[in-house]
Amino acid sequence: MKIEDKTVPIREAPTSEEIVIKIKDLRKCFGDNEVLKGFNMVLRKGENLVVMGKSGSGKSVMIKCLVGLMAPDSGIIEVLGKNIDQLDQMELDELRSDIGFLFQGSALYDSMTVRENLEFPMRRHRKKFEGITDTLPLVKEALENVGLAHTMDLMPSELSGGMKRRVALARAIILKPKLILYDEPTSGLDPITSKEIIELMRNIQHKYGTSALIITHDVDCARVISERMILLVDGINYAEGTFTELIGSQDPKVNAFFKK
Amino acid sequence: MEVDFNMVQRTKQFFEEIGDLSHFAARFFKQAVNSPFEFKELLRQCYQVGNRSLLLVVTTGFIIGLVLTLQTRPTLIEFGAVSWMPNMVGISIVREVGPVITALICSGKIASGFGAELGSMKVTEQIDAMEVSGTNPFKYLVVTRILAATLMLPLLVIFGDLIALYGSSLVEFFKGNVSFRLYFNKVFEALSFGDLIPATIKSFFFGFVIGLTGCYKGYKTGRGTAGVGIAANTAVVMASLLLFVVDFIAVFVSDIFYEL
Ligand SMILES: Nc1ncnc2c1ncn2[C@@H]1O[C@H](COP(=O)(O)OP(=O)(O)OP(=O)(O)O)[C@@H](O)[C@H]1O
Ligand SMILES: [Mg+2]
Repeated sequence: MKIEDKTVPIREAPTSEEIVIKIKDLRKCFGDNEVLKGFNMVLRKGENLVVMGKSGSGKSVMIKCLVGLMAPDSGIIEVLGKNIDQLDQMELDELRSDIGFLFQGSALYDSMTVRENLEFPMRRHRKKFEGITDTLPLVKEALENVGLAHTMDLMPSELSGGMKRRVALARAIILKPKLILYDEPTSGLDPITSKEIIELMRNIQHKYGTSALIITHDVDCARVISERMILLVDGINYAEGTFTELIGSQDPKVNAFFKK
Repeated sequence: MEVDFNMVQRTKQFFEEIGDLSHFAARFFKQAVNSPFEFKELLRQCYQVGNRSLLLVVTTGFIIGLVLTLQTRPTLIEFGAVSWMPNMVGISIVREVGPVITALICSGKIASGFGAELGSMKVTEQIDAMEVSGTNPFKYLVVTRILAATLMLPLLVIFGDLIALYGSSLVEFFKGNVSFRLYFNKVFEALSFGDLIPATIKSFFFGFVIGLTGCYKGYKTGRGTAGVGIAANTAVVMASLLLFVVDFIAVFVSDIFYEL
């Protein structure tokens, strides 16, 4: 494998392959805290890309810039062929209906039932559901995908952490997105539940043919799900390759990720 | 010297905060008039506001009516003016005591509630989740809450006034043998539109201030759960303080009209 340094452009995709996300020289700082210092990334269609980085390295910041929740200081972000920076609110919302987002802490609306949680994204993204008046079958399908059809009328507070994560996953896929962004899908879960979540992610990927960007610092998760990995170190895409390539690396900063 | 520096810093912070708050209010006015309108959520919030504070308003109103009458009685008797009791109590409750006490009670209940609710939604990324779902969280969460507080407060004030007058009439009934009918006849004789209208307008402003500060503090909550407690707490302090400022301005303005 080869370690990218700042000056080397990241591996360009073959022209025949469709690019889903393209990030170029992304920079973001909070006050004196320079978090991203020129991050580059490409995600191709149908691919599972894992971005790994230490806690506080700016993974969540990066993924939030991707969907327009945070404005980067500079850099170019293209998602599904659209430059995020140049979209107005309507276009941005329309683009977002093609993106599923699983938040780090699940982020279920705690004043709503599971069913209302799942119906919420459908309120505005009606265009996608032209002619569908009954949302129940869709909610059911999404919940069945994560094996929680029986929780439909429960409140989030009545669910365990793992169940919440699964409901959040169901909510992320209810709009049948082309791209799913996972912010630490397994953080805070025990190894067995983590495995279940990863299994679900793979099933969904298989069933709907989505592309996925997975942010994690869970090595096991990365091993199972990644087709390609990027290590985020010191605010840049420090290294890139397959799991086996990276785990065999001699670079101490890369090695640090895989040491038990 | 250190103290001086602190004072300067604090004064600066205070004015910055006022500026931020005005900015927030401007955003509210801008978004409140643009479609889509969240009517269903507005109704739900109105119900919540009313439901949360009704019992408190009733209890305090009743006690204030009782106490005010009991304490004024000896003095009025001394001057041989006890038959003026309904006029005096009626006017003071409707013009000042009712609105201010109700608003203070509500700032404790509603502003802190808004602060805590929105604060916890913020730190658990629920607000971000709404945004990616294509729903404008400011409109859905903030505009509805501020409107609900603004619309419901005058109703609560009227309710509180009536209960306070009822408490007062109970004292007169048992201690002065004044019938309820006579008591309320006298009250309504004493009151003019010049008393009712400024009090009602004032109540709308009170409601607005309560909703605004609660939402402002909640929406601006910092990262981490400690922020939620701070948001709820500072919301109450700020709302109560601003209530008195608004009250002062209201009394000042209505006094000018009175002279005309
Ligand atoms: N809204 C914000 N305001 C100020 N600083 C922020 C903000 N969001 C993130 N940061 C800072 O940016 C840095 C990166 O945060 P981020 O949440 O992206 O980390 P992360 O890589 O996702 O870590 P974790 O694995 O713990 O989730 C941190 O130092 C954090 O303090
Ligand atoms: Mg994170």
